[in-house]
Amino acid sequence: MTSVGVVVFPGSCDDRDALRAVELMGAEPIELWHADADLRGADAVIIPGGFSYGDYLRCGAISALSPVMSAVREHAAGGGPVLGICNGFQVLTEAGLLPGVLRPNASLRFRCHDVDLVVERASPWLPDTQPGDVLRIPMKHHDGCYFAPPPVIGELEAHGQVLLRYRSNPNGSVNAIACVTNRDGNVAGLMPHPEHAVESLIGSTDGRVLLGGLLGLSLATIRFHDAPKAPA
Amino acid sequence: MRIQELLGRDPNDFELAVYSLLWSEHCGYKHSRLLLGRLPATGPRVLQGPGENAGVIDVGDGLAVALKVESHNHPSAVEPFQGAATGVGGILRDIFAMGARPVAILDSLRFGEPDRDHQRHLFGRVVEGVGHYGNCVGVANVGGEVYFEPAYEHNCLVNAMCVGVLSAERLQSARATGPGNLLVLYGSRTGRDGIGGASVLASQGFDEGSQAKRPSVQIGDPFMGKKLIECTLALLEADLLASLQDLGAAGLASATSEMASSGGVGLDVDLSRVPLREPDMEPFEIMISESQERMAAIVEPHRWPTVRDLCARWDLDATVIGEVTENGRLRASFDGELVGDIPVATLTGDCPRYEVERTRPARLVDHALPPVTIDDPTGALRTLLGSPNIASRRWVTRQYDQLVGSGTVVRPGGDAGVIRLTPSRRAIAIALDGNGRRTGLDPRRGAASAVCEAARNVACTGARPAAVTNCLNFGNPETGEVGYELGEAIEGMALACEALELPVVSGNVSLYNEHMGRPIHPTPVVGVVGVLDDAATAVSSAFRTAGDVVLLAGDGPSAIDGSEYQKVVIGTTAGRIPEPDLANERALHEFLAAAAERQLLASAHDVADGGLAVCLAESAIGGAIGVRADADDLFGEGDGRVVISAKRDHLAALHELAGSLPLCELGTVGGELIRAGDARLSLADATEIYESAIPRLMGDPI
Repeated sequence: MTSVGVVVFPGSCDDRDALRAVELMGAEPIELWHADADLRGADAVIIPGGFSYGDYLRCGAISALSPVMSAVREHAAGGGPVLGICNGFQVLTEAGLLPGVLRPNASLRFRCHDVDLVVERASPWLPDTQPGDVLRIPMKHHDGCYFAPPPVIGELEAHGQVLLRYRSNPNGSVNAIACVTNRDGNVAGLMPHPEHAVESLIGSTDGRVLLGGLLGLSLATIRFHDAPKAPA
Repeated sequence: MRIQELLGRDPNDFELAVYSLLWSEHCGYKHSRLLLGRLPATGPRVLQGPGENAGVIDVGDGLAVALKVESHNHPSAVEPFQGAATGVGGILRDIFAMGARPVAILDSLRFGEPDRDHQRHLFGRVVEGVGHYGNCVGVANVGGEVYFEPAYEHNCLVNAMCVGVLSAERLQSARATGPGNLLVLYGSRTGRDGIGGASVLASQGFDEGSQAKRPSVQIGDPFMGKKLIECTLALLEADLLASLQDLGAAGLASATSEMASSGGVGLDVDLSRVPLREPDMEPFEIMISESQERMAAIVEPHRWPTVRDLCARWDLDATVIGEVTENGRLRASFDGELVGDIPVATLTGDCPRYEVERTRPARLVDHALPPVTIDDPTGALRTLLGSPNIASRRWVTRQYDQLVGSGTVVRPGGDAGVIRLTPSRRAIAIALDGNGRRTGLDPRRGAASAVCEAARNVACTGARPAAVTNCLNFGNPETGEVGYELGEAIEGMALACEALELPVVSGNVSLYNEHMGRPIHPTPVVGVVGVLDDAATAVSSAFRTAGDVVLLAGDGPSAIDGSEYQKVVIGTTAGRIPEPDLANERALHEFLAAAAERQLLASAHDVADGGLAVCLAESAIGGAIGVRADADDLFGEGDGRVVISAKRDHLAALHELAGSLPLCELGTVGGELIRAGDARLSLADATEIYESAIPRLMGDPI
């Protein structure tokens, strides 16, 4: 069974939700502690939402320096999949694993509501979707305005690193970008919460797409590492 | 004088400070305790009634729910952001002190009219403060209320309710036991913030010098609060604590005396061991500081190393500051010197209790006003939908995390929030309601109505109302008129709770809400928790499908007196509100629960502020679908009525379930128009008016 580690920082809030969603997706959830430099054998990693270390200094800034993040960096460098959700997205940008930063919302207010995310391109992160499809997933954040300087945005767009855009931009993100990956495509981050959209009873099941993508990528990585190296 | 008799000597300054706080209204309930005894507090579901940090009820499947509402009115009037934030922090601590994981927050807010800059400032900052703390600790906000009335201009009301879930076997107590056991303080360090908050702020009215009270407001740190929750739940999970108490009003003084008094023991406290945020604090300052995010626990000595290690894992200071004794005295020392020695029973048991004087206010009248003619029903509906007291609360609720915890089945915006209790199929519905303007016209009926409305809101989701928590916001009880209002309101609340078989398991009293001698409206705020056996059967307030039949269930009395129509269309508040028909109310709640259980309801929405016309319009706006309904009494307000919609095929079954409860067909769901009797409005217009009113007031885009 694929296992997914969920990092718990002091101040994480959606860690339990992410662990629960992983279980509902049929994978094995593993709780990872911020102070441990070890992923306990997890095939994939979720950095969950919340206010890690109180988001003092700058959202995600302190967490990016915690011991567990060295292990996450190593995992990502080896091609292992990592998904950052909300505060997790902020942590991954602060850790340099994803480009750009998250600024305060253009409204300067915390906003909690469902958002429609338009699929930009075919990607292993978005199994069984077509470009133009819409995923309805809740968001809840104060600092979710995605920003990077124009040359960086140009590169992201050119290399197909933008996976989802807001249909109606809720926070002032550049180019309405909602979800980006790193150049290699194994690290992804977004502000909306796929782990809160896995059951119809509490809203929607559209979040299963991204979590399914995470699981699919970890299977692919396992196969890649286990397979005998093909001649170049 | 009294203290001299109790001690048999003069108290020193330290002891006097402790007495003055514990005998303040806020801690000692000296004007309300005798009256509060009138409220029913028992029932088959009650695991913990009033007297602990929060009430606890059994909700089945081995699960229990802790609930409490508390005011933070005066701190919020002085510093709205921190006042509101620490109000949320305080009520959260009360809940996890019972061993429960907090799963829901609700907030009940009242300000002056929002055409004043300062009132909008208070409103905006209080909402930010409530959101800031709740969002950061990761507890979903699922409902509440906001009202604007001139009576709250100088004394806003900020009441916060929290609900937590625990295993029924894990109920925690604040009772200190076992001489030789250790008193452990953990969490934040102690500073000079909030010194005397319980007496300076909470137990006096406001006058011209109120800004000078700002240093008495505590400062909250939700990150510390979050660590405190997780660490506490971990300590309890490992069964490491003999008892647990949060530090709130009057700080260590209150916590230690309550723990010792309920356990019938004494406590020796060494104040020089308390970790301080600033040096050179006087012993009495350490004793009464209201620094936030601190807990006190009684720990058996052999468990202390494990407790210390677990606290260290969460980066929390934990310090042994004293021990349990057999002598029944609260003894405090500092640098080896005894600074205070007080028999515990005198702090909690001998607090003076006063019978309040009751003088019927001259403004109260015996008769309702004659019925009014509605000249322009469409115009009135437009005005009401855009009235700050009725318009959509989305501007508020979307600043709150409504979803963390993966439990929110019904989000804010309807009658009650619904939270499922995984891993069971059960859910709880929670509502928080009050109406000060109506209660001002008849305190007894108004308080009974608040109970009915909160319970009815819970019943609209299909839940069976199970327990009540209340917050009584009143003026200075030493005046006979406020004494009368308080006594009458408690009587009304008791009558309604008895008729609906709802125990009042916890509560809070906030008195001295006044400015320059003018009290606020008497404002009892009632929180109700109800139980749904199956979360999947929860009903929302929005119409669903074209062709569904619209019916009015129940036929409680209604009147224009005290209504929003009377306030915003006629421009007055006068007359007398009708007496709730409690038998009708009870039958209505049972009907709603039974109909939801059988999945016969497409929607249910209670008729409240703005009357039937507003109720129909809200269900239509919520479902983005029109409605055509016949109705005469468009704007009258009263209890005991709910608008439901259902498939026509279910009509016979609904009538059978209703039995003798009136069930009257009003019309059908569908189209692009809202037609409520002679009031006609396009759905688009109604939605625009309803959704844009508050954002427009606050200068935000919609």
